[in-house]
Amino acid sequence: MLDGEEGPGLALAMRVVTRVAAAMGASKLLDISDAHIDSCLDHGQAGVDFASRLAAEGCQVRVPTTLNVSSLDLIHPDLYRGEERTALRARELMQYYEDMGCRPTWTCAPYQSERRPGFGQHIAWAESNAIVFANSVLGARTHRYGDFIDICAAITGRAPAAGLHLDENRYASLVVDVSSISQLLIERDVFYPVLGHLLGQVSGSRVPVIAGLPEQVNEDRLKAVGSAAASSGAVGMFHCVGSTPEAPDLAIACGGLDKATERLVVDMAMLCRARDELSTSASTDLGIVSLGTPHYSVSEFERLVRLMDGRQVHPSVSFYVSTGREVLTEIGLRGWVAELEAAGIQLVTDTCTYITPVMADCDGVAMTDSAKWAYYAPGNIGVDVVFGATEDCVESAVLGRVVRDDTVWSS
Amino acid sequence: MTGGPLVLSPGAATGEILRLDEPLSFWGGVDSSTGTIIDQRHPQVGLNMAGKVLVMERGRGSSSGSSVLAEAIRAQTSPAAIVMAAGDEIVALGAIVADEIYGIQVPVVVVGDEAYASLLNGLWLEVHASDRDGVSLQLETRP
Repeated sequence: MLDGEEGPGLALAMRVVTRVAAAMGASKLLDISDAHIDSCLDHGQAGVDFASRLAAEGCQVRVPTTLNVSSLDLIHPDLYRGEERTALRARELMQYYEDMGCRPTWTCAPYQSERRPGFGQHIAWAESNAIVFANSVLGARTHRYGDFIDICAAITGRAPAAGLHLDENRYASLVVDVSSISQLLIERDVFYPVLGHLLGQVSGSRVPVIAGLPEQVNEDRLKAVGSAAASSGAVGMFHCVGSTPEAPDLAIACGGLDKATERLVVDMAMLCRARDELSTSASTDLGIVSLGTPHYSVSEFERLVRLMDGRQVHPSVSFYVSTGREVLTEIGLRGWVAELEAAGIQLVTDTCTYITPVMADCDGVAMTDSAKWAYYAPGNIGVDVVFGATEDCVESAVLGRVVRDDTVWSS
Repeated sequence: MTGGPLVLSPGAATGEILRLDEPLSFWGGVDSSTGTIIDQRHPQVGLNMAGKVLVMERGRGSSSGSSVLAEAIRAQTSPAAIVMAAGDEIVALGAIVADEIYGIQVPVVVVGDEAYASLLNGLWLEVHASDRDGVSLQLETRP
């Protein structure tokens, strides 16, 4: 491929893969079975120039390939409030990826799809939260791929044999022990994004293992841990003893008991500090509620419908929930789309509320249950943010001002 | 990917050092149209990295960082060079792709701990990185 025998587009893709392999210290490449592309989100002309080069050369993906969020909601196009010029560039970029044979899934949570990679499969996934979920929860193997190499791997079917593809880099080198945290808090969903935020800070780019949680932590909670840890740190994989497939026990997660591993015992003060860091304001003046980062799952919608309990969003609050098309279809069949819309909730698909101008002007603070959204939204869209439990977000949206029940944090 | 010296993307450049106190995600952390750090939680928010030699320990955060860096390189708002203590493919990719499609080289290198410790704010650094000759750094003081 490198010599251009199969065309200059494929040669360019192969050159990017081999140059990244060299930067990773990989001496060989391996075959992949699946790809997830983040490069379809518009970040400026460079991304368009790159994709148009590949598409113009007739490149096609060789493996099943899903697409991450874009800058446009094609299902709710009226929400877009940005410049026409930017929208046209974003649409052009999306088209190049469709032209190359990628599936127009437009979701940051491809792991919530019916069809997802299995244990031990080598894949090339981009999007930090998807990477950490694939490695940690599915037991598939992907390195922390950035934009550009994702499509190059999909086109060539190859990826560097390095990083998290290899056994030796998947063992934990940091034990994060939460056994001293109250059961009351551990039973609450809000614990998991906060734990993830802390996990990213203490792990950096290491693989951590969480010890001291009950077995079979559910996928929504593991998703919250991973997406937060991949925002506050460069975490590409974590283990959770008794929940993730490569951590049936602590010794296996660490690659043997004899391995030198650092141990961090988490206390309530550390968690409270992590929780507080996720808010940039103490104001109770609420303008926006944004949920669904990463894209909400069917079970998260089920919880939301239950928490709304037939009530209406306060007229002064704009309430958004982001999700993927596949989940939107599923919750539509269950009647929840109509129910949520009637309650005053705006669903957002194909994109996310902090990467493109789809939300109304925010008069007051924005509230979220997502550590990732809390982390990035202030810089991306210039809002002040209050992090809270999903329950807090819903109660606040109904009341029209920020209310948080923090009793669980003082136990 | 720790320890150096290692060339993540080749090139040659000179600039004043901007040493980051904490790792930075280019996506959500940098405005590619100006080169300014916009991560509100970063201790150096508001500083501009255009034309500087960016010294950062390691990468962080979103995989979209590669696109933001490539776009900054295209728009000439990027650092002149990036020196790290631990390699990061997301950073490397931004520079590799800008090199491939625009022929603009922003060297990205990993250096050993001792060399890394010597790279202080205010000093100037000349970086040469090639796949054949490896990494060479030249520190200088400018008034």
